Amino acid sequence: MFTTLDQIFIILRGWLVSFLPLCMRTAVGVLMSVVTIVLLFPALFALTTVFERKGLGRIQNRLGPNRVGPFGFLQPIADGIKSLTKEDIVPLSANAPVHFLAPIVLVVAVFMGFAVLPMGRNMVLVDMDAGLLFFFAMGASTELAVFMAGWSSRNKYSLLGAMRAVAQMISYEVVLLLSSVAVVMISGSLSLTKIVEAQNQYTWCLPHWYIFTPWGFAGFIMYAIAATAETNRSPFDLPEGESELVAGYHTEYSGFKFALFFLGEYLAMFSISGLGSTLFLGGWSAPFSFLTWVPSWIWFFSKLMLSIFVFIWMRGTLPRLRQDQLMNFAWKFVLPFTLLNLMVTALWRFMGDGWQRWVACSVILVVAYVVMASVSLSREHIKPRRYRYAE
Amino acid sequence: MLGEGILKGMAETARNFVGSYFSAERLTTVEYPEVRIAPIEAARVFPFLVYDGGDWEAGLRCVACQICEKECPPKCIFIEKSKDKKVDALGKPQFYPTRFDIDVSVCMSCQICVEVCPFEAIKMNNEFEMATDDRFGGLLLDRSQLAKSNEYYHQIHPTEAARVEVHLAQEKAKSDAKVKVAADAAVAKAAAPAPPVVKPVGEGV
Repeated sequence: MFTTLDQIFIILRGWLVSFLPLCMRTAVGVLMSVVTIVLLFPALFALTTVFERKGLGRIQNRLGPNRVGPFGFLQPIADGIKSLTKEDIVPLSANAPVHFLAPIVLVVAVFMGFAVLPMGRNMVLVDMDAGLLFFFAMGASTELAVFMAGWSSRNKYSLLGAMRAVAQMISYEVVLLLSSVAVVMISGSLSLTKIVEAQNQYTWCLPHWYIFTPWGFAGFIMYAIAATAETNRSPFDLPEGESELVAGYHTEYSGFKFALFFLGEYLAMFSISGLGSTLFLGGWSAPFSFLTWVPSWIWFFSKLMLSIFVFIWMRGTLPRLRQDQLMNFAWKFVLPFTLLNLMVTALWRFMGDGWQRWVACSVILVVAYVVMASVSLSREHIKPRRYRYAE
Repeated sequence: MLGEGILKGMAETARNFVGSYFSAERLTTVEYPEVRIAPIEAARVFPFLVYDGGDWEAGLRCVACQICEKECPPKCIFIEKSKDKKVDALGKPQFYPTRFDIDVSVCMSCQICVEVCPFEAIKMNNEFEMATDDRFGGLLLDRSQLAKSNEYYHQIHPTEAARVEVHLAQEKAKSDAKVKVAADAAVAKAAAPAPPVVKPVGEGV
């Protein structure tokens, strides 16, 4: 019974495909999975926008949208109709083909990432041996789309936004990769399904998730910082910084193309949260051994939505960074700390089982955190500025 | 330590998030069309014309002096002066506006027309729901739409209206006194003996 529920989508697909001739079964089966992903995540996006607006409202002691439908939950439909009926303006001096392609490239590249994410037991579209590599390759190509959008618009705000986006994404891409490498070092595989399997074990009733190890916890924090920067979310939303850049690289987009950028941003958030939960939070595995009867896909999506909630929470709390703060933070603190985390991971790998490695790794990481934070982000050399001629 | 401030901030926002569901006084939002805040007395939106008595056309205080029209910074007032005169509240024959239009789409609610009016004839309304689907005709208010009774003025701005009332009474007393002096002078003039008629010399010789 529980196994049926766990595998319900696989069984459903198998049953539907069984009506078809043998030669078409594989192709149609894959197509069905693709269509499901392409429909499911935009639906989740629509739901997230309204939850985000309501959540941000509550964080600021406001009510948030509550007019369209019950409790305002039909707001995304109104938003969708609005963006579909809006005029689609292309600036006269814009590079029209590139301007047209940018949002499509973005959304396609982001959707590709979902192909390798295991969303439940046996629920992965392509079980690739180098799934992690594929994911990062696809994630990196969103930068291209962002720069295409910014450059082709022929607008200074767009171009500035795109420059910022590329600088930021490249800086944090390094951290994102390096913090994931720690997981690969321990699990010994680039396949995301194998990484989840490695975490799907229990001691007493606690899972072997990587976040519950010193290096995994540190890696997860660094991954979360880099993921926030990668998806241009607040406090790293400099590329869009509406107070200084209008809307950044998508300033010159309106109507449905703008909606595609919006969609792409949220899909990137979903996919990077999905990868984060796969790498550090045990993917689709249950948090306690006595909860393993709950369908695996429920766990995956709960972890995903939990990460989204934290994203929204951070957006409601933190102010935007300045460009120099962003770069200093990336290169002076996050990157060195992630590199050190790789060393610690190696130490963990070769110290063998036992309590000694817990103590050693924890002490190194905590000391490094305190020292690095105070040394590399120190602002003591910066004195209050005096304006000689203004005194 | 690094991250401490972030955690503190996150705790604060979490408190807001949860608290807003439990304590209503945290929420400052007033859900406007259904719920309304009581109008603030000093609120001012667009001008209106005050009239005394029951008939707006007869009781309009405006004497078409056109000071407000000239002073209006965005030039949203248009006045046409009458050819004839009618008796105003002080009993003096005055001109009156045959047309008095205010384009509220141009008006910037500066209240300068109110400041300069010597007759207390134009005041600020607090009605703000002026939305219309006719952006040319619907926003150009004429005399009949602008005229509001003195009672209405008392209702929306009681303090200011009381002050105006005192001022008007003083004006009335002053003008009455002046009229009285003039009348007395006329009476005295009438009562005084007529100067002796001097016959021109050389008549009918």
